[in-house]
Amino acid sequence: MNDMTPPKDERAVALKGLGASRKRVEDVRFTQGKGNYVDDLKLPGMLFGDFVRSPYAHARIKSINSEKAKALPGVVAVLTAADLAPLNLHWMPTLAGDVQMVLADGKVLFQGQEVAFVVANDRYVAADAVELVEVEYEELPVVVDPFKAQAPDAPVLREDLAGKTSGAHGPRRHHNHIFTWEQGDRDATEKVLSSADVVAEEMVYYHRTHPCPLETCGCVASMDKVNGKLTVHGTFQAPHAVRTVASLISGIAEHNIRIISPDIGGGFGNKVGVYPGYICAIVASIVTGKPVKWIEDRMENLMATAFARDYWMKGRISATKDGRITGLSCHVTADHGAFDACADPTKFPAGFFNICTGSYDIPVAHLAVDGVYTNKAPGGVAYRCSFRVTEAAYFIERMIEVLAIKLGMDAAELRTKNFIRKDQFPYQSALGWEYDSGDYHTAWDKALKAVDYAGLRREQADRIADFKAGKTRKLLGIGLTHFTEIVGAGPVKNCDILGLGMFDSCEIRIHPTGSAIARLGTISQGQGHATTFAQILASEIGLPADDITVEEGDTDTAPYGLGTYGSRSTPVAGAATAMAGRKIRAKAQMIAAYLLEVHDDDVEWDIDRFVVKGAPERFKTMKEIAFAAYNQAIPGLEPGLEAVSYYDPPNMTYPFGAYICVMEIDVDTGEHKVRQFYALDDCGTRINPMIIEGQVHGGATEGYAIAMGQEIAYDEIGNVKTGTLMDFFLPTAWETPHYTTDFTVTPSPHHPIGAKGVGESPNVGSVPAFSNAVHDAFRAFGLTQSHMPHDHWRIWKVAHDLGLHG
Amino acid sequence: MIPAPFEYHRPDSVEAAVKLLSDFGEDARVVAGGHSLIPMMKLRMTDFGHLIDLQAIDALKGIRIDGRRITIGAMTTQHEIIHHAGLATAAPILAEAAGQIADPQVRYMGTLGGNVANGDPGNDMPGVMQCLDATFHLNGPGGSRVVKARDFYEAAYFTARAEDEILTAVSFDTPAGGQAYVKQKRKIGDYATAAAAVVIARSGGRCTAASIAMTNLADTPVWCEEAGAALAGTDLSAAAIEAAVGAMDRAIDPQSDNRGPAEFKRHAAAVVLRRAIAAAAARA
Repeated sequence: MNDMTPPKDERAVALKGLGASRKRVEDVRFTQGKGNYVDDLKLPGMLFGDFVRSPYAHARIKSINSEKAKALPGVVAVLTAADLAPLNLHWMPTLAGDVQMVLADGKVLFQGQEVAFVVANDRYVAADAVELVEVEYEELPVVVDPFKAQAPDAPVLREDLAGKTSGAHGPRRHHNHIFTWEQGDRDATEKVLSSADVVAEEMVYYHRTHPCPLETCGCVASMDKVNGKLTVHGTFQAPHAVRTVASLISGIAEHNIRIISPDIGGGFGNKVGVYPGYICAIVASIVTGKPVKWIEDRMENLMATAFARDYWMKGRISATKDGRITGLSCHVTADHGAFDACADPTKFPAGFFNICTGSYDIPVAHLAVDGVYTNKAPGGVAYRCSFRVTEAAYFIERMIEVLAIKLGMDAAELRTKNFIRKDQFPYQSALGWEYDSGDYHTAWDKALKAVDYAGLRREQADRIADFKAGKTRKLLGIGLTHFTEIVGAGPVKNCDILGLGMFDSCEIRIHPTGSAIARLGTISQGQGHATTFAQILASEIGLPADDITVEEGDTDTAPYGLGTYGSRSTPVAGAATAMAGRKIRAKAQMIAAYLLEVHDDDVEWDIDRFVVKGAPERFKTMKEIAFAAYNQAIPGLEPGLEAVSYYDPPNMTYPFGAYICVMEIDVDTGEHKVRQFYALDDCGTRINPMIIEGQVHGGATEGYAIAMGQEIAYDEIGNVKTGTLMDFFLPTAWETPHYTTDFTVTPSPHHPIGAKGVGESPNVGSVPAFSNAVHDAFRAFGLTQSHMPHDHWRIWKVAHDLGLHG
Repeated sequence: MIPAPFEYHRPDSVEAAVKLLSDFGEDARVVAGGHSLIPMMKLRMTDFGHLIDLQAIDALKGIRIDGRRITIGAMTTQHEIIHHAGLATAAPILAEAAGQIADPQVRYMGTLGGNVANGDPGNDMPGVMQCLDATFHLNGPGGSRVVKARDFYEAAYFTARAEDEILTAVSFDTPAGGQAYVKQKRKIGDYATAAAAVVIARSGGRCTAASIAMTNLADTPVWCEEAGAALAGTDLSAAAIEAAVGAMDRAIDPQSDNRGPAEFKRHAAAVVLRRAIAAAAARA
């Protein structure tokens, strides 16, 4: 028998555990069109809801007349704020401690705001009825500029907050001011900046954009009046949090609410928040006793559900003459739109923006963020990044470039000179974080070598000479980025959302024949959890990943967890999975020892089995142990093999990477071509290299879109100018650059398997890489800073203003 | 994104379609590929009681090359134009322009007739047709008539086509000389920021005739006679090309939008025109 035992490495490969490029198990159904999304759901008697939305950015509502709409055959109801007020549901709490109108209560504050909810027996009738609702508006002055919003005589946007001099995050100093959030040491930073050899100062704007997932937001609410149970299928990135919040808002007991997130067609932060559509569908179902579906269309998604970014970041960075950074100051004017609906951990109104010292050893720093109301849609979600981390990375990576220009130094050399050294980890940053692990110099040197950085600079010098000699009209930009992320929110001691601690969970049941099901508090929106969490478990418990089902998204079956966003699934739920696996293995060890008739300590783990120490021919495989766990009476042990783990991470994880973009720019048309994009990621232990590569390609493509053209733009009276995919840039295969991926591995010291999370790194890292490439192309001609998105006309304008058009 | 209610008609002859148009008057519109009209209806920016689909009318389809005369049925798709062997030799500018319209999925449905008849200044084929001095064939209750492409466009979405007429075909002579269509756009699927259609005939190193039309730089396509004339009779020197560019610049009237300010569009128009002249001259 023993001769038949395959060698260790063969057995390990058969498990398809950690490190295997296992094919995604989800893709079988997705590639065959067999996914099950919210809009695929059809319940008997289901009604459809549709919104009447405001055409104005700021207006008083004088009257709403829904008589004609109600008279249309097939219309069941038209809900307005007046109908929701008796239930106290015309306003709702936001995740950021503010309140938001569910339906317009007396006035509207942004174009596309929900005014009335039409319920009809099919979606076509509902759409027709929306046109029949007559709303009389009186236009009010519009504020779209967050600086003008703070003028003493600026229009009052939030009349509901009149007289409130403090909000959820401290004092408010103006009627359109939301909060001021400060970190670091202001006095010490000012002292350093005022006496430094060199200070570079710049306003860095990260424009408003939108996650724009392929599937828009929506839900089907179904109130069963017989058993009093409310079931809501929806596009929720955090189903348990939705259940708790829904219970608190509605007063329905939490055990009578079931939230189900079926397949989700991308989230990228857009599906974290609670939207008026969910509340209205729930109320409509309670009122009618029938299931009610609400699905927004693309224009509604872009106009009304959560935007991202919109940060004006004023930076000052100081250094010695030879390029040693001595201090950093940042003041952010954060445009939050009409309601503060940011999806951040409650104690962090600007998310983890205080990671803005980046990868650098900056001895002293100060940060202040002012949140401001404007007549724009609410949101401020983490679009494929941890909370405000992309903004932070863009800020510091631009400031490094600006400082390099001021110093007359090569930007790669400036970075090398200021990286936190490997021996400084765990590293305490000046703005309050403890970086867990890193080896930035190794990653950076590998990246520079991979692209032949010195050779690229020589080519660029030749190109500049040719340009000046009239031989070419194309410039070459080399965009550098070394980013540090902060993900995996987070430790319950400082991370909660509305009081809900940000732990996560995994529950495992081993079946008697040696297969298993694992349920988690997270929910995949394309990340491939069913593939990767099975791999973590396969390595922990020695059962093949192919024999492990991973299930998420049903609050009646999954253990409580805070969901999927901010790259938290692997750092938190992945850790819970490993820890639950270890509990399984601990019991399995006792069973194996009993079966092998030795003491517990006399067996040891060997890939997929326990063997007797010193007698490897005597073993019990996990499959054998699973069967015995259920079917053999073992003294002192309960039958069965199950475990659950709730994991409260001791710290965040800090993935990092080095990205380099080489870009050709046509000075005359403003067009560009990405010639090369090199992405080195260090996400700690790598669970599935193929999925990591896919994540990097997807995230970098979103980053490319943001940097080079994607924006939510408003005109001066608050009209959304980019409300369709004609103007809102989503790259096709034609525009998408080719990527080269690479890696180093610096495990997280506190995560059970050393993994750090990767889904959002490529967005965080690529945006500055693309933008820095544009800036770098024009550096020799005097450009210091220009604002994204770098679309054709803005690049053309840069060239024009620099006098490059003759 | 749900249109207002409408009745759908699918006639199988031009006569039947014209009759429907006459019967319903202003409450009816014909639809060809539908890639302009249907989104407008779904956005409820336009609302018709009757939609007359021309897909089933075989007489409106096909490409005929008869000596030097080329006739293309209105319902011929961009995809069919791109892959037509005869057209590739006789008038390669059509495939070059069609290949820059939208994306492959749209080109399977989008038609030449819809593109030229809609009157959207963003459409690419109107400029090409003006450059080629094409003739548009119209059919109405009173029979058929023809209008030159250069006389067809009055303003955005306003053309010489009467409400009760259907554009059935376009025809033009095989262009003499080299041709090029150069388009700058933000992304696949976008309308032009600026585009230029150019035909240049050469003999013994000299330009004997030139035709120049621009896309999406005014509320109609802009055929610029003066720009073509600036090239004719020259050796296409830099001065002659700049004279043509200058004439074009005086003829266009770009508006600022999400593609950029008018000043940028003028610059882009000059760049695409220079590039189109160079390409057409090289092919002549």
